[in-house]
Amino acid sequence: MMDSEEASIRQMPKLLTLEERVRTFNEVNLGFNEDQAQKEAARCLQCPKAFCTSGCPANVGIPQFISAIRNGDYKRAIGIICETNSLPAVTGRVCQVEMQCEKACILNKKRVPISIGLLERFVADIALKKGWKKLKCEQSHGGKVAVVGSGPAGLTVAGDLVKLGYDVTVFEAFHKPGGVLVYGIPSFRLPKDVVEKEIKTLEEAGVKFVTNVFVGKTLTLSELFKNGYEAIFIGIGAGAPIILNILGINLSGVYTANEFLVRTVLMKAYLFPKYDTPVDSGRRVVIVGGGNTAVDSARAAVRLGAEEVTIVYRRSEEDMPARREEVLRAKEEGVKVLPLVSPLRFVGDENNHITKLESVRNKLTYIDKTGRPTPISIEGSNFFIKANMAILAIGQRANKAFTQTIPEIKLDRDGYIIVNYESRTSLNRVWAGGDIIGGTATVIQAIGDGKRAALNINKTFDKSVR
Amino acid sequence: MYTILDKVQLAEGIFKVRIDAPLVAKNWKPGQFVVLMVNEAGERIPLTIVDGNSNDCTISLVFQVVGRTTMLLASKNAGDKIFSILGPLGRPSEVKKYGDVVVVGGGVGVAEIFPQARALKSLGNYVIGVVGARTYSRLVLVEELKSICDEIHVCTDDGSYGYRGFVSDLLKRLLEKKDTIGYVYAVGPVQMMKAVSEVTRDRGIRTFVSANPIMIDGTGMCGVCRVIVGGEIKFACIDGPDFDAHLLDFDTLESRLKTYTQRESEVYQKFKGCEYDG
Ligand SMILES: Cc1cc2nc3c(=O)[nH]c(=O)nc-3n(C[C@H](O)[C@H](O)[C@H](O)COP(=O)(O)OP(=O)(O)OC[C@H]3O[C@@H](n4cnc5c(N)ncnc54)[C@H](O)[C@@H]3O)c2cc1C
Ligand SMILES: Cc1cc2nc3c(=O)[nH]c(=O)nc-3n(C[C@H](O)[C@H](O)[C@H](O)COP(=O)(O)OP(=O)(O)OC[C@H]3O[C@@H](n4cnc5c(N)ncnc54)[C@H](O)[C@@H]3O)c2cc1C
Ligand code: SF4
Ligand code: SF4
Ligand code: FES
Repeated sequence: MMDSEEASIRQMPKLLTLEERVRTFNEVNLGFNEDQAQKEAARCLQCPKAFCTSGCPANVGIPQFISAIRNGDYKRAIGIICETNSLPAVTGRVCQVEMQCEKACILNKKRVPISIGLLERFVADIALKKGWKKLKCEQSHGGKVAVVGSGPAGLTVAGDLVKLGYDVTVFEAFHKPGGVLVYGIPSFRLPKDVVEKEIKTLEEAGVKFVTNVFVGKTLTLSELFKNGYEAIFIGIGAGAPIILNILGINLSGVYTANEFLVRTVLMKAYLFPKYDTPVDSGRRVVIVGGGNTAVDSARAAVRLGAEEVTIVYRRSEEDMPARREEVLRAKEEGVKVLPLVSPLRFVGDENNHITKLESVRNKLTYIDKTGRPTPISIEGSNFFIKANMAILAIGQRANKAFTQTIPEIKLDRDGYIIVNYESRTSLNRVWAGGDIIGGTATVIQAIGDGKRAALNINKTFDKSVR
Repeated sequence: MYTILDKVQLAEGIFKVRIDAPLVAKNWKPGQFVVLMVNEAGERIPLTIVDGNSNDCTISLVFQVVGRTTMLLASKNAGDKIFSILGPLGRPSEVKKYGDVVVVGGGVGVAEIFPQARALKSLGNYVIGVVGARTYSRLVLVEELKSICDEIHVCTDDGSYGYRGFVSDLLKRLLEKKDTIGYVYAVGPVQMMKAVSEVTRDRGIRTFVSANPIMIDGTGMCGVCRVIVGGEIKFACIDGPDFDAHLLDFDTLESRLKTYTQRESEVYQKFKGCEYDG
């Protein structure tokens, strides 16, 4: 489907001008205005058997909220969404919709699914602006819950339990709560005031946020229990970057995406020296990887003033796990995508600073267990890409800095926490969810995990404590 | 917010601050560090916890002014607040009964060996201090260290105090005379730690150093602090900062430390003088 053809049927959101996009970190997709939202909502067939809802990992009542939009009852629409999704202003922007709700939408058969994500965002933004999202909390019953990590999983648990009258404290290692939403996903996709407003809503409902606490070091899990917390939720994210073990990986100018994005997004290196944290602004930047992290890094590099930004990805372009919209936007912004290329080594100068990347071209072969064709390198196809900065975005793995302090919690082979269907870990009174349990590593999955954990924590309290 | 309770200048460009940080003070062990931000727009920098007191809930840090953030910190005084302090981070040092041990400190590193010296002493080791600085006016805490160590040897690069030369030379002379040393722990500039490790390598003396790469989060999520130890990539903030000196690749550590030298120094020059006098 061409963009233009799609545009004749689907409502297209307004975008920031290209000139502004490549210069600033302002949000690119400006969302629907009311007229567009109404037109898009009107296209929905209100299917009795809502495939869209089954496609959403959180099972948002999609036809129901769209119907409320049609009736102009935005308050009701947001109410419906929030039953299953606590952070719609976030998910409406970052969900992998083409793989989830919109993929399942019946109209996707003709390749023009309803723009569910943008409709969700439309009502969520109104709600945030009008301050509708006040949490209605039951009277406090004194049950004390600690949440470790303030990413979408932790925020969801905190919100759901504070509503049920719990005394909830969220412990966060960084100086600012929000997890990947504040230190990873750049503001041109997710403006930071959206996350701040969500956190303020929770604070107003009584959730306490304690930053600068790395649980396991600053406070141990047993100290938390001793301090009277009766249930603990672990939502620490996966957290650790995977580092390719190839030559030149430790040259100056070779970044992990985590480092590059923490510097740029959380520490605001793009405002250096107004903010003290520096980041290289390479003229020629090469990014290794094909997920959201890779594409976010590429687009951030463009905005930091790079002249040439190239993404090398080992599989085909269609297999890139990044959101499709962002790949399109990245290309508009001048990012080059080189599919079917694997990195071999980084080459440096006499100061040990990167100067180029040697790569090899791949061909696609048999289908592997992920259902995608396996790339295999073509002998003799080596070539160089000039680069004075490289960013590795080949994925995350479980960070064991915390889990190794609590051997009672069982981990799988890769270091992810094992939970049962009730989100319980192998340690009594400890639940877990989000990226650290090793699911699909999406925001909505983390929210879904948080919902389930909150439900089960509450059940346990009902049964044994009060 | 974390309040500075007192601040003293120990030497030219070197300061000690005592800060109210109850949780850090409570769980702190020798070898661990904090990551702090002086203010909200600040950089996150790692500093070793030189002392921690769980009774009065404070930690002590000793730092040398080398750039923008340490300069900003030096401009703060008792009563001022620090925006954020995360810790204690890193693995505690391994302290055991070895018999005779040497703690080696260069420059501001003299302060950083304090916790080890104390812990090694309390386990009944015979603790020898070998410390030095560029020049006398940069030498810190020698008297204090004397009260912990059984023996102390001092040097300066320019001979303005004690033996003239580097701590590694002094250590070498010591080891030539004394063959009972079972353990050496060194903290200081990369080149100094490297030289120390060369001195002890042939003699097969177990030697640990505190690696000081650039850090951001200090929790293992960004990877900037990666070092090569025995051919493997390790993250200094969670696998270290202490590493076996005979396995650590000092050259890579040194070259990665220089990543931002140019940009940092531009800012340093720009802000120098306007916020810091000392
Ligand atoms: C650059 C980037 C782009 C992405 N883009 C998308 C996207 O477009 N769509 C999408 O659906 N998903 C995206 N993701 C994935 C998504 O962000 C994650 O799946 C999601 O944030 C996981 O949520 P979480 O709650 O498990 O943990 P996280 O968001 O990882 O948060 C965990 C928090 O816990 C803190 N923490 C860790 N250890 C401790 C401890 N011991 N004590 C206290 N605090 C601790 C961390 O500092 C962190 O703040 C992206 C990820 C990245 C990195
Ligand atoms: C685990 C650990 C513990 C540390 N403990 C102490 C301590 O107790 N006292 C202390 O004074 N310093 C300590 N350091 C070093 C300290 O973190 C740096 O001096 C500080 O980050 C410099 O910040 P800045 O903004 O003032 O200077 P920058 O402007 O960031 O740097 C100025 C110059 O210092 C160099 N530099 C930057 N970071 C480091 C570093 N980590 N080590 C050495 N040189 C560096 C740069 O190459 C640059 O040329 C420690 C470092 C680590 C990793
Ligand atoms: S499947 Fe598509 S058309 Fe049908 S109800 Fe859901 S969003 Fe509407
Ligand atoms: S939460 Fe995500 S997947 Fe679910 S309906 Fe909203 S945008 Fe679609
Ligand atoms: S400082 Fe970020 S991983 Fe060590």
